[in-house]
Amino acid sequence: MKPEQENSILIKTENLSKVYPLGLSTLQALDCVNLSIGKGEFLGLVGPSGSGKTTLLNIIGCLDLPTSGSAEVLGNKVELLTHKAAAHLRKNRIGFIFQTFNLLPVYTVYENVEFPLLLLGKNSVIRKKLVIDALEWVDLADRADSKPAQLSGGECQRVAIARAVVKKPEIVLADEPTANLDAENSHHIMKTMVQLNKELHTTFVFATHDAKVMSYLHRKVTLVDGSIEKDERVSSTNQSNRKRSRRRSRK
Amino acid sequence: MLTLKLAFRNIIGAGLRTGLNVIALSFAYVTIIFLQGVYNGMNEQAEQASINAFYGGGQFWHKSYDPFDPLSFTDAHAIPPEPLQNLIITQNAAQILIWQGFVYPEGRFRSILMKGIDNVQKVLSIPSHLLQNSDQTIPALVGSRMARVSGLKKGDEIIVQWRDVRGTFDAREVKIIDVFTSTVQEIDNDQIWIPLHRLQELIGLADEATIVVLGKNIQPKSEVIGWNFKSTDYLLKDLHAMVKAKTIGGSIMYTILLLLAMLAIFDTQVLSIWRRRKEMGTFMELGFTRLRLISLFTIEGTLIGILAAIVGGVYGIPLLTYIAHTGWAMPQVADQFGFAIGERIYPTYSIALILGTTILVLLVTTVVSFIPTKKIASLKPTDALRGKST
Repeated sequence: MKPEQENSILIKTENLSKVYPLGLSTLQALDCVNLSIGKGEFLGLVGPSGSGKTTLLNIIGCLDLPTSGSAEVLGNKVELLTHKAAAHLRKNRIGFIFQTFNLLPVYTVYENVEFPLLLLGKNSVIRKKLVIDALEWVDLADRADSKPAQLSGGECQRVAIARAVVKKPEIVLADEPTANLDAENSHHIMKTMVQLNKELHTTFVFATHDAKVMSYLHRKVTLVDGSIEKDERVSSTNQSNRKRSRRRSRK
Repeated sequence: MLTLKLAFRNIIGAGLRTGLNVIALSFAYVTIIFLQGVYNGMNEQAEQASINAFYGGGQFWHKSYDPFDPLSFTDAHAIPPEPLQNLIITQNAAQILIWQGFVYPEGRFRSILMKGIDNVQKVLSIPSHLLQNSDQTIPALVGSRMARVSGLKKGDEIIVQWRDVRGTFDAREVKIIDVFTSTVQEIDNDQIWIPLHRLQELIGLADEATIVVLGKNIQPKSEVIGWNFKSTDYLLKDLHAMVKAKTIGGSIMYTILLLLAMLAIFDTQVLSIWRRRKEMGTFMELGFTRLRLISLFTIEGTLIGILAAIVGGVYGIPLLTYIAHTGWAMPQVADQFGFAIGERIYPTYSIALILGTTILVLLVTTVVSFIPTKKIASLKPTDALRGKST
């Protein structure tokens, strides 16, 4: 971690553990995870299925609680948050992107993106401007009146990204955002997120085991069996890997 | 306000799903009101028919008259005193002489009541005017039930036997000049109607009567010595008791219908809300509190109830109004229900019925939307997002 990031730590976990009951036994999803994530990072939690990526992401997103240890997100101890406080934090400061998009099916693209702003009580003029900006970022301004069912998987995920970033959250959590997309769409979406990270200095945390996503990451935290096995900065050689990957996908 | 706005947006956005829910609910809503209206109409008709046919605005009974004791009839007669005479002359009351007799239709003995009625009376709906057109034979009217059980028909002549005021047996042939149809059994079962003056002559009770029936809107001004006033409420008490007993049955029917409607609403709402649990997870993820989530989905249910009431009103009002005018044909067997049911029932819908049913349906919709939502809202957001149900 760079020294300047030490002062702007947004997410910090200490000995974070999560155990799920599994019939008569238990499943250790996270085991003493210690992790700090600074402002503006573009970080990936990588590892095989069942390694605890989504669980960690859910705890960081205040959607779940740790069994033991501590998770501090944007100055709030997750384990101490009430339902209402957790909802308030998610509403105001955290954006989510899911593998299955989780768009509201009866709303149009515009209404889906507008929804977080409605919850924040923004007035209609500001809402309109922010929604149009967000749709332009993801190149979907012309599909504003479409319903999710009328969009491709890539377009749905771009709507989900627009919805996640429209309120300009400090953290965006993305769980396998490219898992349902083809290579071309995956690269397009990752490029969009890199751009948003650069322009808005939003912290992005991914849970992924997709090599295409990994090629865009600035920091890669590898989880195995609920523990951090490796925490590494990604070298510039990644960029060449990315280019190779994109060339392959075009072919 | 935002929650209401979002709920409205959700149900409009749901399109077909909302449409089906609304139509199914409106059917239940209109059906409940219709059936309860039929039931109310039936009760009102029975009461009105009884008043028109026999009870009028109340009756003065001779002090010895006991309708359940035929032996009392020999003592229960007198010339109506002046206050009642005035009402009879002005056709605001009708006098009836009641006497026990016997007939032998098809060779079988049958105990009957001979009822003498003034053929110019206008108080009761009995077709007494037909008793005017008579020659030397005594004209008689019987109701359709009496005709059926006795095998009598228009034009038949039968022997009627009785004991006169001195206790002497007498008999005479009467001619059935008409068989009238009435829903009121009190003027039909085992009765023969003959002209009042002829019955008075036959028995030897000139100008006397057993009861005096007042016109519908006539109120007794004072007590009449030797005669007891029986109000319409008193006369209808058996009918009311029967209606009350049937009302309990009707309430059970109403409750069953409501429960069926509730089940339909519950099914559609549970199905709809269950299907949307991932959507609920998304709402949680976007920052909805549990309370807000429960409010949103409960309000959606209530709005569907309101829409159903509006849609039900759109087709229900003309349909129910039409049926209220044309009536609802009753099967033949309805004649044996035990009280006056017409060939057609004209449903009546009171404001209380419509408002009560509307409020009840809205309440039920709200409750059945609240219960499954509350359950799903109590899930962890991560479970809801995965579409888990427990």
